Amino acid sequence: MHAVSEIVVADAAKAYGDVAVLGGVSLEVPSGGTVGLVGRSGCGKSTLLRLIAGLEAPDRGRIAVAGAEDEAGRLASCALMPQADLLMPWRDALGNASVPLENAGVGRREARARAAELFAELGLAGFEEARSWELSGGMRQRVAFARTLLAEKPVLLLDEPFGALDAITRIEMQEWLAGALAALPRTAVLVTHDIDEALRLCDRVVVLTARPGRVACELDGAGPAEPAREQAVEALR
Amino acid sequence: MTRPRIGWAVALLAILAAWQAWVRLRDVPDYLLPAPTDILAALRDDRGRLASDAAQTAWEMLAGFAAALAFGLASAAALHFSATLRRAVYPLLVASQSVPVVAIAPVLVIYLGFGLAPKVAIVALVCFFPVTVNALDGLRSVDPEYLRVMRTLRGSRLSTFRRVELPWALPAAFSGARVAASYAAVAALFAEYAGGSSGLGETMQTATAQLDAPLVGAAVVVLAALALALFAAVSLVERLTIPWARRAA
Repeated sequence: MHAVSEIVVADAAKAYGDVAVLGGVSLEVPSGGTVGLVGRSGCGKSTLLRLIAGLEAPDRGRIAVAGAEDEAGRLASCALMPQADLLMPWRDALGNASVPLENAGVGRREARARAAELFAELGLAGFEEARSWELSGGMRQRVAFARTLLAEKPVLLLDEPFGALDAITRIEMQEWLAGALAALPRTAVLVTHDIDEALRLCDRVVVLTARPGRVACELDGAGPAEPAREQAVEALR
Repeated sequence: MTRPRIGWAVALLAILAAWQAWVRLRDVPDYLLPAPTDILAALRDDRGRLASDAAQTAWEMLAGFAAALAFGLASAAALHFSATLRRAVYPLLVASQSVPVVAIAPVLVIYLGFGLAPKVAIVALVCFFPVTVNALDGLRSVDPEYLRVMRTLRGSRLSTFRRVELPWALPAAFSGARVAASYAAVAALFAEYAGGSSGLGETMQTATAQLDAPLVGAAVVVLAALALALFAAVSLVERLTIPWARRAA
């Protein structure tokens, strides 16, 4: 369906000192597609995300995002949303979301106005001037997501965005994110240790083995969930 | 909330009462230990002189403190940006703190004369260190995850400094400023001892020579009031500029 691959990872490996974290991973993400990365803790999911983002260079292999293979080129196309919301307590919610616009040279007033439009779309209306300590965990993640979108990059890298939330908020946020990605389509990579979350939100799910991470199997997120789930659990064993 | 606030006043009154009783009952001569009421009398009788001394000393404290803030924050930023500079200068900065102010104050007076300049310089020298070290610590303690995310959010080195590192470092910088504020009074006193023709330090020096202990005590009270006022002012500015710091912590 998608002819162009926005992200191409070919045999990427990374070690920190003596610890081999990623052991040669290959995957492709089509333009506009959503791919989930699932695996046990420490299997290199977040490392792979940092490599794709251009924050680090792989020891081996090749990574291209929107055709760019160098770190600066990949960084220009990727926005990263971490597990911890990393909101800045010295800014209100709208101010936090408008950081990337201000970084890009947009004036404060206009940046806030543009962030406010997005707030309405993301169910954040009314929380514009809230401070991070006044927001619930779910709302903080929404603000962090708005901030990531406002970087206006073609690729979103979501690193366990709901990892710190309670189970019920988590399910709410999964539905919310599915809606947000449908309304504002982007190429996205979602790292999670929750297979169900990945199957629910992604077109395709890549299961990584334990460290050093390699691709164990790839699942179709659009197909029936239960066989895919079993296949993933089997691969993770 | 009210109990601890009254607590210190009660303690102070108790100490003053005991002090007063001791001096009166034992008939201690006032050149050895003046009674609190003697100091109070000196505060009243010499209020004109003490007021002009206080203005002079306060000016030295403020100017020196302001200079220390400006230079301290600027050097913290410079040391933060340049690892080379940090490696070269930081150890020297730490070592410079082992040079006693008492030793360099007279030298500064020789260089800069007997006017305001050497006093401001001495206060600035003393206050500079805590400001620089705390601000630099603040800048270097930024969660690296913030820096990574800023890079993916179109953050340049400068915009990251402005939007993340600087606000992050403010609470630490204010701690340094509060320490510096508490040093400023004693530093100004040293400076005036080293060569001054006015100010609380100069009055203390002449009063000591004349065995006028009540006046020395009065000058100490005024100096303490100045120190507290500067400290309180810095704390107030801190509460007004970074109200989020206490909430977020």
